[in-house]
Amino acid sequence: MKLDFQHTQAAHCENGVTTSLLRHHGVNQITEPLAFGIGSGLFFIYIPFMKINNGPAIAFRTQPGLIFNRTCKALDIPVARKKFRSKEEAEKILMECLAAGQPVGCQVGVYYLTYFPKEYRFHFNAHNLIVFGKEDDQFLISDPVMEMATSLSSYELERVRFAKGAFAPRGQLYYPKEKKAVTDEQIRKAIKTGINRNVNLMLRIPGPIAGIRGIRFMAKKIGQWRDKLGPKKAGSYLAQLVRMQEEIGTGGGGFRFIYAAFLQEAYTYHQIPELIDISKQFTKSGDIWRSAAVQAAGIYKGRIGSQADFNVMSDYLNASADIEKQAFQALSKIKWPA
Amino acid sequence: MKKDELPQDLGALGKITGEVCYVVDESGNYTTVLSNGWEVKSSALEVAWKDVEQRIQAAHQKVLNKEASPILFFMELRVMDIPIVAAYTGFWKWQVKRHLKYKVFEKLSASGLARYAEVFEVSVEELKTMKVDET
Repeated sequence: MKLDFQHTQAAHCENGVTTSLLRHHGVNQITEPLAFGIGSGLFFIYIPFMKINNGPAIAFRTQPGLIFNRTCKALDIPVARKKFRSKEEAEKILMECLAAGQPVGCQVGVYYLTYFPKEYRFHFNAHNLIVFGKEDDQFLISDPVMEMATSLSSYELERVRFAKGAFAPRGQLYYPKEKKAVTDEQIRKAIKTGINRNVNLMLRIPGPIAGIRGIRFMAKKIGQWRDKLGPKKAGSYLAQLVRMQEEIGTGGGGFRFIYAAFLQEAYTYHQIPELIDISKQFTKSGDIWRSAAVQAAGIYKGRIGSQADFNVMSDYLNASADIEKQAFQALSKIKWPA
Repeated sequence: MKKDELPQDLGALGKITGEVCYVVDESGNYTTVLSNGWEVKSSALEVAWKDVEQRIQAAHQKVLNKEASPILFFMELRVMDIPIVAAYTGFWKWQVKRHLKYKVFEKLSASGLARYAEVFEVSVEELKTMKVDET
């Protein structure tokens, strides 16, 4: 059984799943940047008391699952989302969906994901893919990160659906419940909602660790890493930062470029000239994040490593924070047509 | 990032698939281009794996010194931590922590050993001796 489903590649897995499933459900306007922006995907958080893979816990995007939920909700499309206790039940419901012609989004862990290169297989459980059919024992898989559709045996799929640890997917599957076209007016409204929510996320979350203040907080901490952790561990921490920022899924520059692309697309729906200017600011910020990554690489490769070099890292991050703060303030002041 | 500045440094993922990157074209519009990788990223990944490798070595030595049980070695080898080992084996975290002690491990029941061996994808014999043949 193979559903009539179009695999599309995306920068980020959840954006990709959201885009492909919504397109399948008749939302022809949706693109990856629109899904990301409407779902208010841009974020920053640095959780100093938490460790991931023995390194710092840093995220450049919103919590897993939210982009899909928010985007569907903004477009008035009901969402089905289920978790399972039993593996048999999880496969049974999956098969029922496929039999009903419904491609299904699944949250999975990447450690046992056989088609991923070994180097990428850490215990990371918030990856997303779409199952769109089954032939013999092979489930047909559309993984948004991959250029081509691929497949997993039923054992392999069960294993990644029931990966354990932080964010354990517990067989989680999800899909839009209704097939329906969406009007441009709905998209316009959704864009506005998405932007306003993102302004709140980046500017108005109390406490020092999230949003723009989170970037500055990490900039300050990085300035202390060399003394506190020693050069080697500080290098490993910076390597982790770069991976979170640039590795598969961010589209480059810690999602800042996708967000800039979103604002450009937003302009085609709302002819507000500020959107274009603000888009350019996010491009600039993304470029600074990339320069910071190059600086970090110099440190973790041991080419440079003085305190001054760490200070340059902090300066880059503060520069990004300045730009993004202005950009979000400008977004919050946009006069949306009624 | 401008379209012509997108790095194409072949990395581990690039051998399997290009990744979508968002770049600005000549007329200032966003577009997507596939990248084979970026040296800055692949060296970050290398650092991460080197750290893993060192933790495995350190764990191996600790077990030889009888300061830790082979569970520690396999936990590092499989890039796991205590909560992950606990979740996969079904033991409580405090139990896993105890089993990391060499003396406690020696007294572990056959079924307990089998549970660990299964999760680490080795035989009970390999679990005890840390002799695994892997490439």
